[in-house]
Amino acid sequence: MIDWVRKFFAPTTSSQTAKERLRLVLMTDHLSLAPEMIEQMKRDFIDVIAKYVEVDRDKIEINFEQQDKALAMLANVPILAVNRNSGGGDGGSKKEEPKATEVANALPRRKRRKKSTVAPSTASPAPAG
Amino acid sequence: MHEVQPEPVPVTQTPKRGRAIVITSGKGGVGKTTTTANLGHALAARGCSVALIDADVGLRNLDIVLGLESRVKHHVLDVLEGKVELEEALVRDKHNENLVLLAAAQTREKDEVDTEKMKALVEQMRERFDYVIIDCPAGIELGFKNAVIGADEAIVVCTPEVSAVRDVDRVVGLLGNRFRPQLIVNRLRPALVKKGKMLSVEDVNAILRLPLLGVIADEPEIIITTNRGEPIALRRDGATASAYHAIAARIAGDDVPAPTVETKETSFFGKLGAIFGGSKA
Repeated sequence: MIDWVRKFFAPTTSSQTAKERLRLVLMTDHLSLAPEMIEQMKRDFIDVIAKYVEVDRDKIEINFEQQDKALAMLANVPILAVNRNSGGGDGGSKKEEPKATEVANALPRRKRRKKSTVAPSTASPAPAG
Repeated sequence: MHEVQPEPVPVTQTPKRGRAIVITSGKGGVGKTTTTANLGHALAARGCSVALIDADVGLRNLDIVLGLESRVKHHVLDVLEGKVELEEALVRDKHNENLVLLAAAQTREKDEVDTEKMKALVEQMRERFDYVIIDCPAGIELGFKNAVIGADEAIVVCTPEVSAVRDVDRVVGLLGNRFRPQLIVNRLRPALVKKGKMLSVEDVNAILRLPLLGVIADEPEIIITTNRGEPIALRRDGATASAYHAIAARIAGDDVPAPTVETKETSFFGKLGAIFGGSKA
């Protein structure tokens, strides 16, 4: 609470700004320096999604973007079909929504969570299989 | 490209196995050369034999900082290319006979250095000196690789700036674990840190997470001593000289208390306190 009050009244010092910029730039640097790790993470990520829904692997886009004060992972995953047997309670109706877009937000921070939709949902219609 | 065997050194006694330390940073202008010169003097003042190699081929500077520019006759490429013996190229320091310099070539380029020969040269020098300290050029290209090849320890010099920390982070990544890099935070201005206008040592090292070898404050004295070509570590007293001597002691393995930088009180009341004999930290 005292911390909050202090933050409210004290303007951000330039060293705090420097620290914040450094943190972000290094995250971006480390991401670009570990391409194999990122590729593996993308594959794992897609595998997890694919456990629940049928996705169009060729059209998946996963990118990192700097947004305001955080680094975000934005994933655009076209869903072809929802598996009937996986998880969901109302297994009855087969969803024929071919153009679902999933937005994944990596490294979430308190501030970011408030924004409900971060990435523009690019609807990419794909014929349902 | 044929392999050249290092010249056999005449063995008068059991050959030494001195330590080869590279001083690097990635970014230019953070004080690598000044650090090299001062650590050279500080280690030599402890009675160790020290050789400094200026690996910044094309931009020779270490001789200037040491005040030895008029004595340089040959350079590292002359030795690597077999034009002169190592002994002829070494420049002995004016102030301390334990300290020698192997200057960089000024009119040549970094890609003219044969990496393998450079490694062999450092190896050869380690048999004669307790410390071989290599002043690395800025950048992470061939000049960096040539400077690093013969070393097995690294000291990274970082100023409290976003760009410098970023570059050190990159260099540490390139060095890998073999060099066990240690950190010197250079040009710190404690008064600015106190006001929140400069990254603190803790801020810097929260990101780099390296063993902290020392902290050097940004003092006008360093500029003056560099102007004169008489590194500040030639002195025995004073905060900055002591900081360099403490780093040398730490390098040598002495148990020296953790590095700190005193905040100089420059406020009116601080000065008043000093005048009236208030003991200040």
